[in-house]
Amino acid sequence: MKTALNSAPVPASASASADGSAEGYRARRTLPLRVEAARQLRRRRTLVVGAVLAALPFVLIAAFAIGGDRGGRDGRVSLMDTATASGVNFAATALFVSAGFLLVVPVALFCGDAVASEASWSSLRYLLAAPVPRSRLLLSKLAVALGFSAAAMVLLPLVALAAGTAAYGWGPLRIPTGGALDAGTATWRLAVVVAYVFVGQLVTAALAFWLSTVTDAPLGAVGGAMGLTIVGNVLDAVTALGHWREVLPAHWQYAWADALQPHAEWSGMVKGTAVSVGYALVLSACAFRHFRGKDVVS
Amino acid sequence: MKLRFPRPRGRRPLAAMAAVAVLAGAGTWTVAAATGGDPPVHREDRFVSVPEAPGSAQKVRVDTSFFTSGGSGRRPAVLLAHGFGGSKDDMRGEAEELARSGYAVLTWSARGFGHSTGRIGLNDPDREGADVSRLIDWLAQRPEVQLDAAKDPRVGIAGGSYGGAISLLAAGHDKRVDAIVPQITYWNLADSLFPGDVLKKLWTGIFFTTGSTGVGKTTAASPSDVGCGRFDAELCAMYERVAVAGRPDDQARELLTRRSPSAVADRIKVPTLLVQGQSDSLFPLDQSDAAARAIARNGAPVAVDWIAGGHDTGTANEKGRIEERTRAWFDRYLKGDAAASTGPAFRVSRTGGLDTTDGRAQLRGASDEHYPGLRNDARTVPLTGREQSFGNPAGGTPPAISAVPGMGALSGQLAGLGLGVSLDFPGQYAHFDSARLDESVRVTGSPTAKVKVASSTGEAVLFAKVYDVGPNGQQQLPGQLVVPVRVGDAKDGRAVELRLPAVDHTFESGHRMRLVLAATDLGYASPARPATYTVSLAGGLSVPTAPEVRTASAGLPWWTWGLPVGGVLVAAAVLLTGRRRTAVPAPDPALADVPLQITGLSKRYAKSADRYAVQDLGFRVERGQVLGLLGPNGAGKTTTLRMLMGLIRPDAGEIRVFGHAIRPGAPVLSRVGAFVEGAGFLPHLSGRANLDLYWRATGRPAGDAHVEEALEIAGLGPALERAVRTYSQGMRQRLAIAQAMLGLPDLLILDEPTNGLDPPQIREMREVMIRYAAAGRTVIVSSHLLAEVEQSCTHLVVMDRGRLVSAGPVAEITGSGDTLLVGVDGRLSDVAVEKVASLPGVASAVRTDEGLLVRLDGASARELLVELVRLEIPVASVGPHRRLEDAFLTLIGGSA
Repeated sequence: MKTALNSAPVPASASASADGSAEGYRARRTLPLRVEAARQLRRRRTLVVGAVLAALPFVLIAAFAIGGDRGGRDGRVSLMDTATASGVNFAATALFVSAGFLLVVPVALFCGDAVASEASWSSLRYLLAAPVPRSRLLLSKLAVALGFSAAAMVLLPLVALAAGTAAYGWGPLRIPTGGALDAGTATWRLAVVVAYVFVGQLVTAALAFWLSTVTDAPLGAVGGAMGLTIVGNVLDAVTALGHWREVLPAHWQYAWADALQPHAEWSGMVKGTAVSVGYALVLSACAFRHFRGKDVVS
Repeated sequence: MKLRFPRPRGRRPLAAMAAVAVLAGAGTWTVAAATGGDPPVHREDRFVSVPEAPGSAQKVRVDTSFFTSGGSGRRPAVLLAHGFGGSKDDMRGEAEELARSGYAVLTWSARGFGHSTGRIGLNDPDREGADVSRLIDWLAQRPEVQLDAAKDPRVGIAGGSYGGAISLLAAGHDKRVDAIVPQITYWNLADSLFPGDVLKKLWTGIFFTTGSTGVGKTTAASPSDVGCGRFDAELCAMYERVAVAGRPDDQARELLTRRSPSAVADRIKVPTLLVQGQSDSLFPLDQSDAAARAIARNGAPVAVDWIAGGHDTGTANEKGRIEERTRAWFDRYLKGDAAASTGPAFRVSRTGGLDTTDGRAQLRGASDEHYPGLRNDARTVPLTGREQSFGNPAGGTPPAISAVPGMGALSGQLAGLGLGVSLDFPGQYAHFDSARLDESVRVTGSPTAKVKVASSTGEAVLFAKVYDVGPNGQQQLPGQLVVPVRVGDAKDGRAVELRLPAVDHTFESGHRMRLVLAATDLGYASPARPATYTVSLAGGLSVPTAPEVRTASAGLPWWTWGLPVGGVLVAAAVLLTGRRRTAVPAPDPALADVPLQITGLSKRYAKSADRYAVQDLGFRVERGQVLGLLGPNGAGKTTTLRMLMGLIRPDAGEIRVFGHAIRPGAPVLSRVGAFVEGAGFLPHLSGRANLDLYWRATGRPAGDAHVEEALEIAGLGPALERAVRTYSQGMRQRLAIAQAMLGLPDLLILDEPTNGLDPPQIREMREVMIRYAAAGRTVIVSSHLLAEVEQSCTHLVVMDRGRLVSAGPVAEITGSGDTLLVGVDGRLSDVAVEKVASLPGVASAVRTDEGLLVRLDGASARELLVELVRLEIPVASVGPHRRLEDAFLTLIGGSA
C-alpha cells in the first residue's frame, strides 16, 4: 500500500446542493439501466441461459434429423407434425416446446435473483448507501431483469428461425390442422406470439421479483416463483374449478396458438394479457412496498 | 338427419307416460318441474282435437304441453314450434325458460310428428296452419293468458326451420298473432328445394325420408304408408315424381309455393325477428332476405340476425344468444316492455379464429341499424379468363362437392376456419379469377356476375360459386355455398345473370376472387346426359358490401378490462398504505459543518419489546476528527453504522450528517463513504470493473471518482484485473476500502478496516486515515484492535450493550487522572482486587498484566495509596494510566 491522497483537495465547507448531496449527485441518475445491465450481463447464469436457449434449436434440428418424420402422439395434431416444413414452422415449434417450462426458467431466474443476489453478495448495502434510492434501485433492477427475460425469449425463436430457415428453407407456415400462412405474415404473427409469451410471464416475473426482495437467498426466490407457477398449472388442470380457471394466469399460457391460424383470434390473448398484467401489477407493488420499509441487514 | 334446431332431448319417457295417462282417459296431466334453484314450472300435457281439414268431421289429435310458472296473473302467451322430424319435447327446455320469464308457453307436436295424429302437410295453411289458430283459441280460454280482446290472446310464435315457417304462416293467416321469431326457415319452399329450377336432391331426399320413416310412435297403418310414411299423399306423389325426373315441374313448384309463407307475404304485419344461418345450404340467406323485405313492406318492425351455423352445421354455438334475443323480442312486443332491447335491425355473427384454450371458434357480432339486404353498395371486381369449355359427365358423376349435409358441426368448424372441404373435378368446370386484391373486401350479400353460356345439348345446368383464393393458391368456399342455375335455349349461347350465394365473408388483400361454374354438385340433381358447356365472361363480379355493418368489439368478459384496472387500484393501495408518514426533517443549517450528530438514537431488535441493539445513543463528530467507535461484540456499533447509512430505520432518535437527517437513500449519503461489515462485490467481475460500475451506479461524474488514488490505497496491482471471486479476504478488504474512498467522501466510515491486513498494511492504513482527516475530512473507525485506534484516532466513542459509555478526545478518556495504574510486585489475589474495588471512592479495579487498573470515583491518588498500603498490597508504582485498551476495559468493566 502506497501513500496516497497527496492530491486530495480539501473539501468545500459548504455542501454542493440544498439537499446536502455531493456535487454531481442526482438521485434520478443513480444506477442507470446501462450500468445495471453491465453488472448482470457477464454473470455466469446469464451466459448459461443464453447458451442453452441458443443451443436448443440445434438440438431440436439434430433430434428431427435422427428421429425422422413420425406421426403425432395419439393421432393428435400438434405443431410438432409440421416442424420441419419451413423455418417459420420450426421457430413456432421451438416456441411451442419451450413456452411451458423452458422459458419460465430465465424469467424466474433473472427476476428472482435480481435483488436477492445483491443481498447475498453484500453489495446491496453499498448500492443503497451510494445512495441509490430504494424505488430507483428496484425500478432499475426490474427493468433490466425484464429486459434480459425478453431478450431470452426473443433469442430462442430468432435462433430457431435462422437455424430452421437454414435447415428447412424459407417458406410459409404450414398449420398442422391444414392451411398455411405466408412467411411474412407468419413471421409477424410469431413476433406477436413472442410478445404475448413474454407478457404471459409477467406474473412469474413479478412474483419472483417480490420474493427476491423478501429473501436474501437467490435460489429461494427463483424456486419459489417456479413452484407457484407450477401450482398454477396444476390448478388449471383441475377442470372442476370451471370458470375460476379463467383467472389463473396458467390458463392462458398457450393462448398464443390462436395467432397461428388463418383467422388469428385475439380474444384469448387479450384475456391472458389482462390476467397477467393484473397480477403482475399487484405483485410488483408488493415488491416495492416490502422493500421500501425493509431493514437491510444482509 | 332431422331438419330442426338441434336441441337437447327432453325427457321422453316422462312425456310418453304422460301421453299414456291422457289416452287412458285422464283429462290433463300436470307436472311441476323444478330444476336446481329455479322457480318451478307447471306443465300441463293434453291432446287438443282439431278438424282434419276445414269443415271436416274427422278429428286430428294434437299433442300439446302448456307451461306456466309463478303467480296466477294473466300473462302473454308464446307458442313454440319444433323443427321437422322433431316433436314438442324438443322445445321443453326453452319453454320452461320462457315460462320462468313470465310467459304462458304452449308447445305442440305438429301433425304427423310425435304423438300427434294426422299427416304431414308441410305447413298446409288449411291443416297445420289452422291447427295453430285452434291452439290460439285454446289459449284464449286459459285464465293465465293475457287477452287483447275477447278470444284474442296476446301471443307470439317462435320456432326453427319447419317451426319457423309455421310461425310466419300463422302470422299471415291469424290476425291474433302479435310477434314472431322464425328461425332458419324458408320463405318459399319451392325456391329452397328447387333453386334455379334444379332439384336440391340431397336435402329434398333427406326431407322426405325423414317424414316417411317412423318418426312417430304410432304404428304405421296401411301398406300405402310404407312409401310415404306420414306424408300427405299429394306431397308424397309430388316428391316421387320430381325425384324420378331429376328436375322439378311447375305443378310441384306451385304446390310448395302455395303452402309457403310467401303466399301470405302481404298479410304478415307483426314484429318479426328473422334468424337465418350463414352456413345453410337448405334455407340460405336469400330466404330470410325475401321475408324481411316483404314484412318490412307491410310496415312491421323487422330485425334480421345472421347466425353462424344453420342446417349444414348446427346452431349450438348461437343457441343461447338466440334464445336470449327471442325473449327480449317478446318482452318488447308482447309484454310491451319499452326498456327491452330488441337489438339492431341487422346483426351478423362473424367467425374469428379458433380459441385454442377452450377449443371453440370465436364469434363476433357485427351490426347496423339498417338491414342492408343482399345487394347493398355493390362494387365491381374485374374478372379475367378466356372462354372455357368443359364437360357435363354422363350420369352427373362424379359430382363436385360444396356443402355436404350431415357433415354437421365438424365441417362447419372447419369452414369457419377456412378449411372446409370443397372439390371440383378437372374438366368439369370453368373458372374466372380476379387480380390480387389491393385491399381486403368484405362481401355482405349476394355477388352477381354476367356470363355467356352455351351448351351442346341446348340446356345447361351450372353450379356457380365464388372461391376465396389465398396467396399460396389455397381456395376456400365461403359458407360452402353454391347456387344452381338452369339455362335453356343455350345451343348458340345465352347471356345469364348469375346471382351467387349470399355470404358474409372477407376477401383479404392479396387474395383473389374466383368465380367457378361447375357442371355438377353433390347436393343437386344435374342432367345425366353428357354435354359440353362453353362459358365466357360478360362482365365483372359485382360484390355487395355493407361498410355500415360494424363489428362490435370482441365479446370479452368484463374482467378482461376489470382485472388490469383492478390491478392498478390494488397496486396503488398497496403502495400508498403502510407508508410511514414521517415528514422529512428540514436540514439544520447550524449543523451544516458538523459531519455527524447523533441524538437519542434507539433501535430494538426485530419483534422485541425491550431488547435494544442501540439505546439512547448520542454523540457528535467534528470536522477533521478521526473518531474511534469502540465497544465489545454486541455493543451496537454495526447497528449504529447501518442506521447511519440508511440501511435500517431507527425506532427513535435522529442522525444528522452535515445537518441533513439520514433516512434511506438520503442524498447527503453521497458525501459519505462507507465500509461496513465486510466487502460486497460482484464476484464475477474484476476488481477494477467493480469499482468502475459502483461509481457509475452513483450517477456522479467519472472525474469526481479519484479512482487511481483509491486504487493506490488498495494496492492490488495486477490482481485488479482478476475476478473478485479469486481474491483473498485481505484483498477484498482493501478493495472495499478503496471503494469507500471513491469520490473522496467528506465522511468516511470504516468498520473494522484492518481485519485481514498484515502489519505493514495496518500501519499504512493508519497513516491513510490520519492524512485523510488532516485534509479536513472526517473519519469514523470502528475497531476492536484498540491499539490501532489509540494510535490513529483523535476522538473516541465507547459503546457497550447499545449505550454510550464515554465520548471525547482520546487523551481525555485515556489520560484522565481518574484512572491509575498501580504497579504491584507479584500477582494479586482476586480477594485483594475485590477489596480494592470496594474501597470508598473507587469506581472499579481491574487486574491487568502490568498490575491493577483503578478508576477513582471521588478518592484522590494519595488516599488510594494510603488505602492500598493499609490493605498490604505490594505497591511498586502508581501513575496515571494512558493505555486505551485498559481505559476501555475500565470503562466497561464497571458493568461487566
